[in-house]
Amino acid sequence: MDLIGILLGGFAAGMVLFIVSVGLSVTMGLMGFVNLAHGGFAMLGGYAIVLAMKHWGLPFFGALAVGFAAVAALSVLLERLLYARLYRATELDQVLFTIGLVFVMIAAVTLAVGPETQTLVLPQWLRGQTDLGIIKYRTYSVAVIVAGTALVLALWLGFERTRYGARIRAAVDNRRMAQSLGVDVGRLFTATFALGSGLAAVGGGLGAEILGLDPQYPLRYLVYFLIVVAVGGLGRVSGVFCAALLIGVLDFVFKIHFPKGGTLFIYALTLALLLWRPQGLFGRRGA
Amino acid sequence: MTAARRLAERHHLRWWEALPWLAAAGAFFAFPNYLAFGTQLVITILFALSLDLVLGYAGIITLGHAAFFGAGAYTVGMLAQHAGWTEPLSGLLAAAAVAGAIGLASGFVLLRTHGLTLLMLTLCTMALLEEGANMASALTGGFDGMPGLQFAPLLGVFAFDPLYFRSQYVYSLVVLFACFALVRMLVHSSFGQSLTGIRENVLRMHAVGAPVRARLVLAYAISAALAGVAGALFTQANAFVNLAALGLDRAAGVLIVLILGGYGRLYGAFVGATVYFVLEHALAKAYPTAWQLGVGLVLIGVALFARNGILGLIQKPQ
Repeated sequence: MDLIGILLGGFAAGMVLFIVSVGLSVTMGLMGFVNLAHGGFAMLGGYAIVLAMKHWGLPFFGALAVGFAAVAALSVLLERLLYARLYRATELDQVLFTIGLVFVMIAAVTLAVGPETQTLVLPQWLRGQTDLGIIKYRTYSVAVIVAGTALVLALWLGFERTRYGARIRAAVDNRRMAQSLGVDVGRLFTATFALGSGLAAVGGGLGAEILGLDPQYPLRYLVYFLIVVAVGGLGRVSGVFCAALLIGVLDFVFKIHFPKGGTLFIYALTLALLLWRPQGLFGRRGA
Repeated sequence: MTAARRLAERHHLRWWEALPWLAAAGAFFAFPNYLAFGTQLVITILFALSLDLVLGYAGIITLGHAAFFGAGAYTVGMLAQHAGWTEPLSGLLAAAAVAGAIGLASGFVLLRTHGLTLLMLTLCTMALLEEGANMASALTGGFDGMPGLQFAPLLGVFAFDPLYFRSQYVYSLVVLFACFALVRMLVHSSFGQSLTGIRENVLRMHAVGAPVRARLVLAYAISAALAGVAGALFTQANAFVNLAALGLDRAAGVLIVLILGGYGRLYGAFVGATVYFVLEHALAKAYPTAWQLGVGLVLIGVALFARNGILGLIQKPQ
């Protein structure tokens, strides 16, 4: 496979990583909450999207919207009822709680749907190959890259150019100062949590073709999501984007060229990057 | 004041501390069919105890502790397979030395960070070891690991029977007791007090001139050596070792066990491991497909209603 094909494949995987991880980065940056169940929201969304298309015959975009809405609503419910009780708890209690939540999600999906891998049935126009001029490539990967790029732009605009985004950035940098200036960080967090979980759901659905989708999904990819967040820097949309693309492309390249021990390189790279810049590539020192 | 009471007071001994050991000894006679289960439980308690030293006392949050468990497990496995070194007790020492050395080296590099960064660095170190063990298949057996290892009888007398875990159970229990006595002595010593001080207020410890990083690295290395002993026991008792000894599942599992029981309390490892094992065993038997649901609900319940684990319900933090 030539260079451009490899890059495109890596970009598509990176876009999925970004869409899933961006919410985790922002919510961890806002509240310092260690949410190991974030991948669980991606999995639930993926299942909702795949099953909505298979059983209800919803169109692709309709299913994505349903997955987003359902998971966002569920996450608000969980956040208000359960997460909110643990904001002042230690990180370790948060770890115990979110791991427990992952177990419950895995068991619920296994019981309700079954342990087998789910496949996304693509609509006709997303199948096959597309001629990009220089290279013919899988239409679906190209579509994921286009959708991901649009989403990055939208998030970036929302983050940098709206009042809501300014509040989030202020609260990530200095929560107490933002609170004393009248930002309701609690409500801000609930809204951001819902948005982040909804995006994760979309990522789970879009990525079902690329990362696969089965009940073990939240644990299998947890490390990848955490690496992207740690390397990108907490609460940095642009950082998460660069980290996700970097990890996606490198992982893709090394898995193709060194099928045995390909992940070794990703871990070594993360280790080196975090020793060099402990706050992440784009994080602020001391943040 | 009698001599026995004075001894108890000097070592902060309390009457209920005899209970777990009496229960463990009683289990040997009461549940002869569950000794394999009991051996795994004892090994997990030792592993969780080693984690408690760094996590509960020194406040180092790590997600890569299985690196040391695996290092110990593979050390005795490779020594038995390739060097014919099958004597169990010296194998434990070799495992402790190798795991402790890895802990010392990695702690020296990693312990300047904290929070999410430290979590990811410990995780990546462990993943590197796992991938390394996977790739060096000539030495480690690669993905399949090393099945069917042979170990010499303990003290030349007690053979390890792969079907009846009688020797393995008593052996693991005695090793656990020795390691527990060491950890207990450490946390009550001035070294242990300074670790607690670092956990509670690192700035103040710097201000009083305590060698913070040296203490942390030393605690990390000791904990790594103990985890290595647990791993070595695992290989010797089960007569095999594979990549599962090094994986994230094991590291996360021991973390859950310790938080569930209550960290920073010594006995949290005992309570957490026992509750988790019995719960998992009972649920997996009753509901083979849905046992994770029950375990998950218990974890959520403990996190929400019992700050700092099950022991947090009945005991004030030390």
